[in-house]
Amino acid sequence: MVERKIRVLVAKPGLDGHDRGAKIVARALRDAGMEVIYTGLHQTAEMIVEAAIQEDVDVVGLSLLSGAHMTLFVDVAKLLKKNGLDEVLIIGGGIIPVEDVPKLQKEGIAAVFGPGTPTEKIVEYIIKNVKR
Amino acid sequence: MSDIVQNILKGDQRSIARLITLAENNDKIATTAMKDIHPYTGNAQVIGITGVMGSGKSTLICELTRLYRKLGKTVGIIAIDPTSPFSGGALLGDRVRMMELAMDDGVFIRSLGTRGMLGGLTSAVYDVVEILDACGKDVVIVETVGVGQAEVDIIKIADTTLVVIVPGLGDSIQTLKAGVMEIADIYVINKADRPGVEQTIAEVESLVDITCSGKDRKTPVLSTIAKQGKGIDVLLQEIEDHRSYLEKTHLFEKQRRLRYEAELVEIIRKRLMSFIFDEQTCKQRINDLLDRIGEKKTDPYTAAEEILGTILK
Ligand SMILES: Nc1nc2c(ncn2[C@@H]2O[C@H](COP(=O)(O)OP(=O)(O)OP(=O)(O)O)[C@@H](O)[C@H]2O)c(=O)[nH]1
Ligand SMILES: [Mg+2]
Repeated sequence: MVERKIRVLVAKPGLDGHDRGAKIVARALRDAGMEVIYTGLHQTAEMIVEAAIQEDVDVVGLSLLSGAHMTLFVDVAKLLKKNGLDEVLIIGGGIIPVEDVPKLQKEGIAAVFGPGTPTEKIVEYIIKNVKR
Repeated sequence: MSDIVQNILKGDQRSIARLITLAENNDKIATTAMKDIHPYTGNAQVIGITGVMGSGKSTLICELTRLYRKLGKTVGIIAIDPTSPFSGGALLGDRVRMMELAMDDGVFIRSLGTRGMLGGLTSAVYDVVEILDACGKDVVIVETVGVGQAEVDIIKIADTTLVVIVPGLGDSIQTLKAGVMEIADIYVINKADRPGVEQTIAEVESLVDITCSGKDRKTPVLSTIAKQGKGIDVLLQEIEDHRSYLEKTHLFEKQRRLRYEAELVEIIRKRLMSFIFDEQTCKQRINDLLDRIGEKKTDPYTAAEEILGTILK
């Protein structure tokens, strides 16, 4: 009797101040039957990766509003790889210029969801692309 | 012994995390690994923390852990939140209050959903305690949310159980009066910066006077301001004193036996349930019996006896 559940870490790296969007997504994922570990605001890449290891998550969802996404998202992606967490699906959300999306994808952020993306789309994406 | 167990005994974080997942998922690999792990357990001091939602349990755990770390002890934290009965999902938010511990190698934090268990625990919690114990954590702290009457299972696992109460909440005093919260080894009145602390302390103390009359240990009532790190040193001292008390009175062995009993019952329950509701074994028979119960051709008791009869044969 094996009962798998998708575990998702929702984190908010960087210094910008509010996490409404992240919380809405966290709730939607919970309502879709996932276990969502919420870590709150102002996380460094190191803290996020450490939490991802201990919580043994399948997905890391990063949310960001300020312009620092490139470095922060990429830092998390690199650090996850360095720790051998290659299987973890990384997704990002927030205000991210379209021209940056391909660059982020090249660095291992599998998908980027802009503001106002229906949460069902995010749920669907995770279920389809989760790696284990 | 499997690689995963060897790595856990060496303290490897990813192996610890993975075995916890396998145990939660009732994977066969976990069963084998847990058999190998048991001989290496029994050293960790297990502390349970329960109390109403938002009473400051996670904040308290963070502060307690910082103090234990100063004393050179390593800490494992198991934070349990309810799984939604509707979706099967869970929002596990206790880490928010503990993120400053995330970068410390001597601390391992794991969030768990209750996954359908009543009583505030998850059925995997026994395994998780043993895994953190075997990997060398000196102290294991278990947080469970107390939503009311049923949240008493924590006492079966913890050597020392803390019940957290906040000032001005008539409710929590009511549950105390109902005898529900007699499970405490230590009462913690947190948020002592709020109005009404003195009254709450007095109320809890007068209850303790009644419930502990004639007993050789009186349950201590402490006040803390977890958010400002106040009162934590006294709390830690009381936890240590309770531990010495258990050892002195030989209640310690009794407490551990209680945990093994609860674990054993849980393993058997899980095995029986999965056997009965498994497609290959009994599921079809159950469906037939349910039809017959509905048609009044049999009754639930007779049906249950029939099912148990097959198993016990
Ligand atoms: N005023 C005051 N607030 C506190 C104190 N301790 C914790 N808090 C606040 O109370 C809120 C809840 O704290 P948590 O530590 O998350 O409480 P909890 O019991 O773990 O909550 P759940 O896990 O959701 O049941 C947070 O906003 C804390 O900052 C305190 O001593 N005084
Ligand atoms: Mg909490």
